[in-house]
Formats: sequence, C-alpha cells, structure tokens
Amino acid sequence: MIIRSQTDGFVHPMGSEITPQAAYLDRRRWLAQSALALGSAWGLGTAGLAYAAPGKPLKGARSSVSGAIALDALTPREDVTSYNNFYEFGLDKSDPARLAHTLKTEPWTVSVEGLVSKPRVWGLEELLKLAPMEERIYRLRCVEGWSMVVPWVGYSLSALIRAAQPLGGARYVEFITQADPATMPGLRNNVLDWPYVEGLRLDEAQHPLTLLTFGLYGETLPKQNGAPLRLVVPWKYGFKSGKSIVKIRFTEREPRTSWNVAAAREYGFYANVNPAVPHPRWSQATERRIGEAAGLFAKRRPTELFNGYGPQVASMYAGMDLRRFY
Amino acid sequence: MRLPGFAGLVWAVAMLPGAYWWWAALTDRLGVNPAEALIRGLGLSTLQLLCVVLLITPLRVSTGWTGLARWRRPLGLAVFAHALLHALAYAWLDQAWDGPALVLDVLERPFITVGMVALLLLWAMALTSWNGIIRAMGARRWQALHRSIYLVAVLAVLHFYWMRMGKNHFGEVWFYGLALLALLGWRVWRWQRQRRIS
Repeated sequence: MIIRSQTDGFVHPMGSEITPQAAYLDRRRWLAQSALALGSAWGLGTAGLAYAAPGKPLKGARSSVSGAIALDALTPREDVTSYNNFYEFGLDKSDPARLAHTLKTEPWTVSVEGLVSKPRVWGLEELLKLAPMEERIYRLRCVEGWSMVVPWVGYSLSALIRAAQPLGGARYVEFITQADPATMPGLRNNVLDWPYVEGLRLDEAQHPLTLLTFGLYGETLPKQNGAPLRLVVPWKYGFKSGKSIVKIRFTEREPRTSWNVAAAREYGFYANVNPAVPHPRWSQATERRIGEAAGLFAKRRPTELFNGYGPQVASMYAGMDLRRFY
Repeated sequence: MRLPGFAGLVWAVAMLPGAYWWWAALTDRLGVNPAEALIRGLGLSTLQLLCVVLLITPLRVSTGWTGLARWRRPLGLAVFAHALLHALAYAWLDQAWDGPALVLDVLERPFITVGMVALLLLWAMALTSWNGIIRAMGARRWQALHRSIYLVAVLAVLHFYWMRMGKNHFGEVWFYGLALLALLGWRVWRWQRQRRIS
C-alpha cells in the first residue's frame, strides 16, 4: 500500500514510472555509443558531444529535508545538459551546451555583501566545504511551460546566510551572476541588462529547500547548467534560479531582477509556479515533461501550485494575493 | 496551354517543408522538445511560403514571364496547408484536442487569436480557389476576398512578433517583417503609379 504524506508534495508517480538504475545506465551507454557512431559517420568526431563530458565526481548524501526527494522519474542527463536557457551563451536552447565551454570557472569567488555583519569574499573551495553536500531530486518548472526532474548536489543556502549573519534591516537577497564579455558571447545581445540579477525575500532564501547548488547527477555542474555554483529554488519558475553566481547581496529593498525589468507584466518578482495565474501569452495550467519516453506524443501534465512544494512553502505566502504578486 | 499535372506538382514540391517537419518529428530528429520544435518549425515554414507566394506577382511583372501566374494558386494552397498543419500540431500536441481549453486559449491569448484569424482567412481563400466559384461569387467580390492575403501577411508577422516579445528575441521577426513589408510596399507603389497613369 502506498502511504501518501502531505510533506512529500502532491503528485507521486507510479513505481513503474521510475527507471531502474541498471536499465538507465544501459540506455546511457547505448545512446553514447550510437551517438559516437553517428558522430564519426558524419565526420563530427566527438566535438558535438562536448556537453556530455563528465565533470568531477561530487557526491551528496540523500537529503533529509522535507520535500527534497521528488519521486518523479529523472530527466536523462543529456537532456538536462543540452536543453538550457542561459542567455549569456545565446538565445537558443542548444547554444549553452555548444558555447559555454569558454566559461572560466577557476578561480572563482563569491562576494557576500550588503546588510550583513560578516561580509566576505568566499573562494569556491571554501564554499564547497561550508556544509555537507546533499543530493536533492527537484522538479524544475520553466516559465515557458516545460519541466524536468534533476538530481542536484548542494546544500541549503541558509548555511551561507547563517555564516554571513544578516543585519536586522536585511529583507531581501540579491543574486548577481557572472557577466564576462570575453567568455560569454551572448552578452552581445541586448535582450537583458547584464549582469543577470535575481532575488528572493530573505525568508525564501532561508527556506531549507532553497539550494546552493554545485553539481548534478553526482558530478560538478556542467558549464551550461551554471558552473561552478548556482541557485535552485524548486517552487519558482526556473528563471529565478541564477546561474554562475558571483555576488550575493543582502538588501532592504526588493532587488530589480532582470526579467522583471525587461517585461514586468510577464515576469513578476515572486514567479511562484502557479497554474491559475497564466502568463500573458500562454497558459501555465499544464507543462511538458522533457525526456519522457512517449516523446512527441507525451501528454502535457497538470502543473501544481508551487510546483508541488506547497506543503513546504505555501505558509510563506499566507494572505498574499498570488495574482497580484505573480 | 493547360498542363493538368502542373499545379499538382508545384503544390507537392511546396509541401516538402511540412513533410520534412513531420518526418523529422516522427523519427525523433527534433531534439529534446520535439513537439515545440515541430509547432515552431511548421509556423516558420508557413511564413516562408507566404513570402514566396507574395513574390510571384512582382517576379511576373518584372520578368514578363506570364506563366508564373499559374504558380500562384498551388503555392497559396500550400501556404494554407502549412498553416493548417501548424494549427493541428498545436491543437494535438499542445492542447491534446481538449476543445474547451483550446477555445479558451485561442480567445485569451492575443497572439493565438491573431494566428487563428489568419488561418480562417486562408481557409476561406482555399475553399474559393476553383474557377467555377469566381463566376458564382462575381469576380470583384472574389478578388476582394483574395486580397485578404495581404492582411494574412500582416497578421502572421504580428503573431510571430507577439510570440517572441517576452523574450526580446526579434532577429527573425525583423527579417520576415521587412521582407513582407517590401513585398506589400511594392504593391502599394505599383498601384499608386497605375492610378497616376490612368
């Protein structure tokens, strides 16, 4: 009998939906081999497969945070690492996997500043050791209407916030990401004001599900996924989760976030996943899960309020008009 | 002068882009999100064919090759067929044939409303694309209806523009917008010149 707990999120897949690991690994190998065969047949060599290059191992213990392990079937690694919105490397979803190899991730520092009693520039190595790594399986819902299920590796951002000791006046956290014209060809587009900036309310940033993320699929983050560290906020649309973060600033006022500045009517500051609040140009009631076996004919699935993380996060928005604060 | 198979041949060749998109989608060649790639690919092919069909008259006038006039009807029908395939892919893969949801989606989202209006206009032109109907309708009324292809061109670019708006991703919108502007502008220019001469 399946016992459903309120704290696990709402929608549980059937056991049969979860790919056994052996079958999964076998399919990977088969795909890699056929891709290689195809690649060489076309004279592409392995250049076209650069995105599949493995990172360094980065293991995390299974997280015990409530809601941190979604039971949904995982999205295949090559889908997670080849279908990305990372405008610093181009507007097409295939651009980051092709172009992000130029990103220089060593050395990397993150400046924690603003309204904190312990401002500090952290080296990546120090951040990697700040708290034990955990593996968390999160649903990721993009504002464009597609979703994935990704095994991330990292720890709750709250660990870093505790170390920074926010002052009483700090009410928001701003995340500023890398903007280096020499290594990021997408910065030539004036689609957004660079650098890409995102933000959260302090209580959202301190929520245990808000993940400071260093890896996926047991390895350090591929560059197209926001190496060497990014944020993952699973109950919000994906654009809230900034990639390749270089600065974390604690502020009194709501940060001016990039998409909100570009199109305020379409992208709110909160951007909580909500099937009842449509995007002005499309419905958010359903989503297309990437990488499902049915492929072209996979049916869209209903989108859940707060992406199914309501039991953990809804209380933060009690009494708030989610239509107004979208 | 009538080659019976000619129009059919032009139409069949013009249908190749749509055939390609469906073949690529059904054989898993469109990447990680095949449904989206198929819907967008069919939309783009429709726009490209629309440019081609609107290029026929300027080419005919400037080269004096009157035989080109016979290309217009099959190419126009191919534009309609692509627009229909685009809409069917959307209704099937995006909306799963959910009638009420589909109607709501069409009415609530201006960019889809605009696309649907353009499709209905193309539909009306396709239904009145045989010779007998010209006499039945009266040539003047028939021509007025078929001039709505110019409105379709404007609506198609607006549909594309609105689709890309939120992402500020306008490169291709500019390209097709300017191409269609030039094709319509040529007609305005010619019409004014003829009026002055007569």
